[in-house]
Amino acid sequence: MATNPKNAMLTSSYDVERIRQDFPILSEQVYDKPLVYFDSAASAQKPRAVIDAISNVYETQYANVHRGVHYMSQKATDAMEESRESVRTFINAADVREIIFVRGATEGINLVAHCWGRQNLSAGDEIIVSVMEHHSNIVPWQMIADQTGAVLKVIPIGDDGALDMDAYADLMSDKTKIVAITHISNALGTITPIAEIIRIAHERGVPVLVDGCQAAPHVALDMQALGADFYVFSGHKIYGPSGIGVLYGKAALLETMPPYQGGGEMIDVVTFEKTTYADLPFKFEAGTPHISGAIGMGAAIKYINGIGLENIAAHENDLLAYGTEKLSEINSLNLVGTAPEKAAILSFVLETVHPHDVGTILDREGIAVRTGHHCAQPVMDRFDIAATIRASIGMYNTREEIDVLVAGLGRVEEIFGR
Amino acid sequence: MNDGLSDLYQEVILDHSRHPRNFGPAEDADRTARGNNPLCGDRVTVFLNLDGDEISDAQFDARGCAISLASASMMTEMIKGKSIEEAKVLFEKFHALVTGENGLGTGPDLAELETLSGVKDFPTRIKCATLAWHAMIAALDRADEDVKTE
Repeated sequence: MATNPKNAMLTSSYDVERIRQDFPILSEQVYDKPLVYFDSAASAQKPRAVIDAISNVYETQYANVHRGVHYMSQKATDAMEESRESVRTFINAADVREIIFVRGATEGINLVAHCWGRQNLSAGDEIIVSVMEHHSNIVPWQMIADQTGAVLKVIPIGDDGALDMDAYADLMSDKTKIVAITHISNALGTITPIAEIIRIAHERGVPVLVDGCQAAPHVALDMQALGADFYVFSGHKIYGPSGIGVLYGKAALLETMPPYQGGGEMIDVVTFEKTTYADLPFKFEAGTPHISGAIGMGAAIKYINGIGLENIAAHENDLLAYGTEKLSEINSLNLVGTAPEKAAILSFVLETVHPHDVGTILDREGIAVRTGHHCAQPVMDRFDIAATIRASIGMYNTREEIDVLVAGLGRVEEIFGR
Repeated sequence: MNDGLSDLYQEVILDHSRHPRNFGPAEDADRTARGNNPLCGDRVTVFLNLDGDEISDAQFDARGCAISLASASMMTEMIKGKSIEEAKVLFEKFHALVTGENGLGTGPDLAELETLSGVKDFPTRIKCATLAWHAMIAALDRADEDVKTE
């Protein structure tokens, strides 16, 4: 691996083989072939540290949290709150009360659309999204728009998948009440100029919600520097468990918002005359939370920090460049999404073979890619395609695996070239 | 190749997918129904003309993978001239073929459709093979809503 002098610096600080050994599933065989996992953008695999942390919860520190006076309840509560603090430092939020545990990014966006939207949106108000949003950052806004009479305005993208910033500036008006936008497109890999997007919105006093699902595993985050009003991401995409995620919100905003769901944990005093709500973050965490999930996500953050997000990003960018070069050599292949600022995603189509057929053939080579619209149908329509093949890169992928992918595409040509 | 791919992508299937028969929208169809596969965004529209109880013409328009195009193409060829009841029985037989269920029993000969039997080893692709058929049944039943693969 380290024989290429060009990569000497990279590989000396980044031992991908060592990292691969931390992920038990990567030694699994698929159809008698090594698993080549290029679907981390859908869900990343889990390192032993996360798997062990989850087992450890149930073996040594499990009880309900924030309730019991007994030893185990306190232990579980401490572990969960430690995890919240890990999330805070991971994204450099100012205050741990700004970290709301949710089921995932989808729930985080629904929470904001519902709680903030119902209070702040009325007929004729405008919500700005981009054409390359995941459905989870479109549909919740459509639902609240239906209820309030607000309307969605959509920022277009260029042919390379880069956001049209001039169009964005033009869409911004006195009617704009919120901007909801992705940090990195899951379908194209485009990195949006998020700091500039926020700056422009804040000039008019408009808050911004950022869908950080694809950014959190690839880019170091700093909420205080970025100034995002809301930022969401999912645990399972940062090598943690599914069913847990984070809604970051500025405390001043979260405090003005009504609770999302009612129940236990989110209350202060309940009587039939009047109920008062708990303080942040618990106001938004009704019911027994995903305790082992939150602790597992904390373990994932610890694992990422141990390697360093900058090192992970450098490794992934090397693979992205290598993959872009190799795939571009295939004549009948067109990359979808070639913005100058891109991360970790190779989305493409073949001229004569449908993505589903490509996915099936690659699968039999042990290669896991996502084929379809990636829950982003509007951006597929933008490129007038139904679907793409998406190879997404994680910290454990290698150049050799890119070569396996290219060979797999050769097999596709062989079968369809008859 | 022993991984089932050569069974799945037989030449006759590739031929139908590249040169689909009875392809394109029909202006004067008696019955029309659309099918969507929300998983992949594929769409098919089936157009039928009826002469009494007999399917006198069948066409389809689609955006889809090789399996869905080939299946739709063969379907339109097969159901032409069949009665509504025969077409429904044919679908049941075809469904059993691609899902690998038993009970093919008697009824119309599957003929060229047999080439799609490889689908049974690819469970994620069964929906591709049956999408146009579900639309065809919906058209016969005059269902007003689009059909979706479940």
